[in-house]
Amino acid sequence: MATDTSANDILQTATQLRAQIGGEQYHDKLMEAIYTDAAQIADQSVSREGQRSRLGFDQLLDKALTHPVFGFIVMGLMFLGVFWLTIAGANIPSAILSDLLLGTVYGWLHTLATALSFPLWLSGLLIDGIYLATAWVVAVMLPPMAIFFPLFTLLEDFGYLPRVAFNLDRMFHKAGAHGKQSLSMMMGFGCNAAGVIATRIIDSPRERLIAIITNNFSICNGRWPTLILMGTIFIGATAPPALASFFAAASVVTIAVLGIFVTLLVSAFLSRSWLKGEASVYSLELPPYRPPRILQTLYTSIIDRTLIVLWRAVTMAAPAGAVIWLSSNIYIGDASIAGHLVNLLNPVGVLLGLNGVILVAYIVAIPANEIVIPTVLMLTLTLGRNIAGAQAGVMMELDEGQVYTVLTQVGGWTLLTAVNLMLFSLLHNPCSTTILTIWKETKNVRWTVVATILPIVLGVGVTFTTATIARLLGWV
Amino acid sequence: MMTTTSAAITLDQLQPGQIATVTTLNSTGLNRRRLLDLGILPGTAITVEMRSPLGDPTAYRVRGSVIALRREQSREIEITLPASVSESE
Amino acid sequence: MITQTETLPTTACATCPAFNSAQLRKLGINTEDWDYVVALAGNPNTGKSTVFNALTGLRQHVGNWPGKTVARAEGGFRYDDANYKLVDLPGTYSLLSTSVDEEIARDFILFGQPDVTIVVVDATRLERNLNLCLQILEITDRVVVALNLMDEANRHGLKVDERHLMRQLGVPVVPMVARRGEGIPELLSAVRQVVRGEFAVRPHRIQYRDLQIENAVNNLVGQLDARFPGLPNARWVALRLLEGDESIEHALAEGTLGDLQRGEAIKSQNERMTMGVVGYGD
Repeated sequence: MATDTSANDILQTATQLRAQIGGEQYHDKLMEAIYTDAAQIADQSVSREGQRSRLGFDQLLDKALTHPVFGFIVMGLMFLGVFWLTIAGANIPSAILSDLLLGTVYGWLHTLATALSFPLWLSGLLIDGIYLATAWVVAVMLPPMAIFFPLFTLLEDFGYLPRVAFNLDRMFHKAGAHGKQSLSMMMGFGCNAAGVIATRIIDSPRERLIAIITNNFSICNGRWPTLILMGTIFIGATAPPALASFFAAASVVTIAVLGIFVTLLVSAFLSRSWLKGEASVYSLELPPYRPPRILQTLYTSIIDRTLIVLWRAVTMAAPAGAVIWLSSNIYIGDASIAGHLVNLLNPVGVLLGLNGVILVAYIVAIPANEIVIPTVLMLTLTLGRNIAGAQAGVMMELDEGQVYTVLTQVGGWTLLTAVNLMLFSLLHNPCSTTILTIWKETKNVRWTVVATILPIVLGVGVTFTTATIARLLGWV
Repeated sequence: MMTTTSAAITLDQLQPGQIATVTTLNSTGLNRRRLLDLGILPGTAITVEMRSPLGDPTAYRVRGSVIALRREQSREIEITLPASVSESE
Repeated sequence: MITQTETLPTTACATCPAFNSAQLRKLGINTEDWDYVVALAGNPNTGKSTVFNALTGLRQHVGNWPGKTVARAEGGFRYDDANYKLVDLPGTYSLLSTSVDEEIARDFILFGQPDVTIVVVDATRLERNLNLCLQILEITDRVVVALNLMDEANRHGLKVDERHLMRQLGVPVVPMVARRGEGIPELLSAVRQVVRGEFAVRPHRIQYRDLQIENAVNNLVGQLDARFPGLPNARWVALRLLEGDESIEHALAEGTLGDLQRGEAIKSQNERMTMGVVGYGD
């Protein structure tokens, strides 16, 4: 008889037995039984030597890092310190790299092309297009990334990020967001696509969507260099030289904090409108502090983060360089293709306190935000050539001071342009990788579109407002 | 066995320095399961480790780890305090 | 986003811990033609990814916060003339609460039928970690416990008696400091022992201390044994059926459960699981 037992019979028996035992109670009893065994085994296997419970040092540190007053001060100082070190430390290597790649090697390549009697269009496309864009990406991005990533990784390995989440949680709670959203947000500071994947730790679909849509407001790898450069050459320059890098760092931190603020604001908006609902409960484990292994962190974060991100930027920059060079050298009527595009978008750009070049750069940079600055520089130089009377190849050896000159003299930039570029860098569409990831994770066209469009709408609104205010007050 | 005070209180009322024992979980569904997974079940000893600078959530020490819970959760966990604070676990 | 396949495998890794490298060859993401499948399970933030990296030579990013690994990552290594495929499962506190990550981990251990499951356990939070460990032991007895973070336990004045733990759990227990590569050779040899059946596992069985539950479980186990003779985890399946676990009910109704007797579930399950795999390296 027993051998005839079918699957259905078993299921039926299970259902009957379940009714006898009683649902939730059963689960409770099960867990109780497991933990009774676990406690017994642990008790017998673990003995305490001397002091009980955790080290006094850990506890003391937690008291300081989550202190009602000092907690936030330490948090601010910690992030300010990271960016200050990044900006101050990147100065010299950046200058050396610029000299080398944009000066020596660039000149050498042109000499070589002439010696090989390359046609002008070919040397232009290869050297002024592909090489220059790539070299700029390396010169602009490598030094700050090689400093920023190891520092950030050290904080991460140490166990500080969950404390930040713990400190900020009440705000997320009030915004109707899940407690773990602060963790996926942290992840977004590295890469938004990774941040979007990290939202898988959130069980509730409603809160997960909020976390996905707002992840773009965490400044990612590709955007730090833009902010750091603008902060350094425009904001830092307004301060006395001794305080320049401090001012620059403060401006970058301000944008990052603004990003957290926007995250909360948009989350609150979403959880009260399209994604209505109560915040579901959560639990966050605060891991013990671990002494970071400095050498290993340096090694792995340079190899894994810096070089991979740099490689991505370079692979995007090379074709972008070709596209930019071609579009600025192929003429239709009285202007190049790029010229037409820039002219078309310029009125809108100016209205937003930006310009046509910046908007075109953001279209070119949809695959990777890393190439915004190189694109802006190339377009400004090639399109501004006639205005400034400069010739191709003359102003290529750009260190930060010269970038400033090019942008202000040739591009006509003001402090407003720089500030609004920083704001727009925070508030614009996610890069194409992130958009694709959002679609993969949500499988929903509507939410993918919302996540893509919403930041642009905000960006346009905010930059238009700051530009208008600045103009009304006569600052520009 | 510990002697306990008669008035049952909830976990959100627990003060730093006090050691309490969980008596009842009033939470339901996935939340209840999460708490059980973390080892927060009747009979478990629990203490306050620290509070967030903004007043909520609170981190509790339970079975050797530190777990942060929001107030709405800790309100659903009933605890008892031993009449005299003992150092035993 | 950086997918696992884009993470650069190392050939010579300067910071790799110096251990018995003569027998271990890290195969990175190259996991074709494996002889054994090893699953890596554990609570969040116990150093699972560190163990994964130490064995495969891959560099999945390891951060000190729970939930870092949200997807399954795979890698390979060669040890003592056999190729192993290592699958890093999402860190979970339990396998009973039916969240997505738990389901991924649970399904792989149950249907993927790994030859060995390494349970990485935090020595400083043994009680909480044993909760998961005991649950896994109910599903499979081919388990090696990696007792990680022994250095932290020492710092915190905790002394863990791994021999006693081994006797209680009935499976190999290897004390480790994975961050420094300590215990990796011992872990490998324990894995080999279990794979070859050289370690007489006597897995701990949870006592439910409730007559009603014990009776109900025994009743169902009897029926399951009759229908699927040799089902390796009938007791656990019975527990899940009593809870009304839908995916187990499905597996029973569709006959997938029956495949577990013959080990046929492995392939289809592996294929199905691989579809959803996204690892990220930064």
